[in-house]
Amino acid sequence: MENDKTADLISKPLNVINIGLEGFATELKQQGVSVTHVDWSPPAGGDPKIADLLSKLGT
Amino acid sequence: MRSVIINEVRHGFYLDSVALMRYSKTIASMDGVEEAALMMASPSNRQIMSDAGLLNDVSVDAEGGDLIVGIRASNTEAAETARTEANLILDQPTTSGLGEAWRPKSIRAAVKINPEANLALISVAGDFAAAEARKFLRRGLHVMMFSDNVSITDELSLKKEARDLGLLVMGPDCGTAIINGTPLAFANVVPKGSIGVIGASGTGTQEITCLIAQGGGGISQTLGVGGRDLKDEIGGITTLMALDALDADPDTCHIVLISKPPAKTVADKVVARIGASKKTFTVCFIGATDWDLPTNATFASSLKLASENALGGKALFANFDVNTIAKPASAAKVCGLFSGGTLCAEIQTLFISAGLSVMSNAAIPGVDTLSENSTAHTIIDLGSDEYTQGRPHPMIDPSVRDGALETAMADTSVGIVLVDVVIGYGAYEDPAGHLVASLGTSLSGSTLVIASVTGTDGDPQGRLSQIAKLEAAGILVAPSNADAAELALACLKLAG
Repeated sequence: MENDKTADLISKPLNVINIGLEGFATELKQQGVSVTHVDWSPPAGGDPKIADLLSKLGT
Repeated sequence: MRSVIINEVRHGFYLDSVALMRYSKTIASMDGVEEAALMMASPSNRQIMSDAGLLNDVSVDAEGGDLIVGIRASNTEAAETARTEANLILDQPTTSGLGEAWRPKSIRAAVKINPEANLALISVAGDFAAAEARKFLRRGLHVMMFSDNVSITDELSLKKEARDLGLLVMGPDCGTAIINGTPLAFANVVPKGSIGVIGASGTGTQEITCLIAQGGGGISQTLGVGGRDLKDEIGGITTLMALDALDADPDTCHIVLISKPPAKTVADKVVARIGASKKTFTVCFIGATDWDLPTNATFASSLKLASENALGGKALFANFDVNTIAKPASAAKVCGLFSGGTLCAEIQTLFISAGLSVMSNAAIPGVDTLSENSTAHTIIDLGSDEYTQGRPHPMIDPSVRDGALETAMADTSVGIVLVDVVIGYGAYEDPAGHLVASLGTSLSGSTLVIASVTGTDGDPQGRLSQIAKLEAAGILVAPSNADAAELALACLKLAG
């Protein structure tokens, strides 16, 4: 197991991509954290099974 | 007269669950409206709306990516007025505290414009959370997954993939983390310090980090792992990675691990990993009374004891004497109504240690499940699924507790109502104010209300101002959840 990336996470400035509750992104921004909020909507026309399949295919 | 049900479907229209809950409340409070809900049309939400009598045949055409408006009103005019208002609300431009001119609509676009991003915070509906997490992992981001209702199969698959990539998956159902001093989701403003926390529990982690802060300590990192990480099926993948990370972190001197009692096979791996470390540990498996640990680790049976141990044995709130504020309970039964699952578990632990009979919807070992005819003390976790299906968590929307509070305060067999007030980022803006307003005139009755506030003075709501509101209303406030249990026990004792 390579753990260098976790060491990076806890030693470098936090930079967040937020999907879902916008309030989380707003609060991070208020704290001066770099945050990108995604204007998200359910993928694959809202079909979870197709969304899961597409994510496994890397799309 | 027969109620009128109106439905409207907006195809491909998404709003987050907190926004929708706010709008639902606005519509439901209109004159003549009996019930209303605006929800994404996932199968579970459609079932909730159907059970609430909010669906007619039109909504059958809605898919998971569509939004359904459901209104049940006493007459057609009221229903139509509510529909108009709902449409006005949904048509208004989205206001944002973020102030960006443009927002990416996909994860691919978000990573492209923010290639330095190192953490994805995911709070979309559980049906989609695993798929979205996978996209982030494959783009090299760690994941904090607040979403729940993710299958354990998906959790295992994600965590294995993440481990192979050297990435953390915190969650699913991970409510709390503090990374490099930044509270994420439901977390509190605490000083930087040398104590690292690994938590499979959101409110347990919040209580411990806040008590450490109040005891003069500080937090290096707080890593959430999700409530199922220490189950057999997952094998503690994230916990073990978090232990490796904090063990290697030069800023972390002592590590606190908080979880429900783990599966034996997983516990063995975790305990062996702890034993291999040169650092010291506090292990709090809430619900367990003891655990066989290596010499560099100490077991704590409560969140308060865990905090005290992490502080090097410093006694917290040594000047707090329950006997100075305890009053005799008017009846023999305690009803605990908790928004925090681990706070609920801690109370159960302390009550059964005191020899009391307890029942709960989230029973720890030694506690009975709920039963109508039992005289046992009732300790309820209002954040569990049966209370939050289709509703926000009570830490976001404290009105989830209102009905149960009213019932408990009116129950003459209940002498003490015991509650938690959890503040910090993510939590409701004024939970103490809401609690006082919800209790209203019942506070002048004979039932004692005992509370504690999980939070710090640095939190947006301010711990001291929340305590002041509770005390001004006559609520007895203890400095920690464990002290609230002790205070309740003292009030029972005074009543004989």
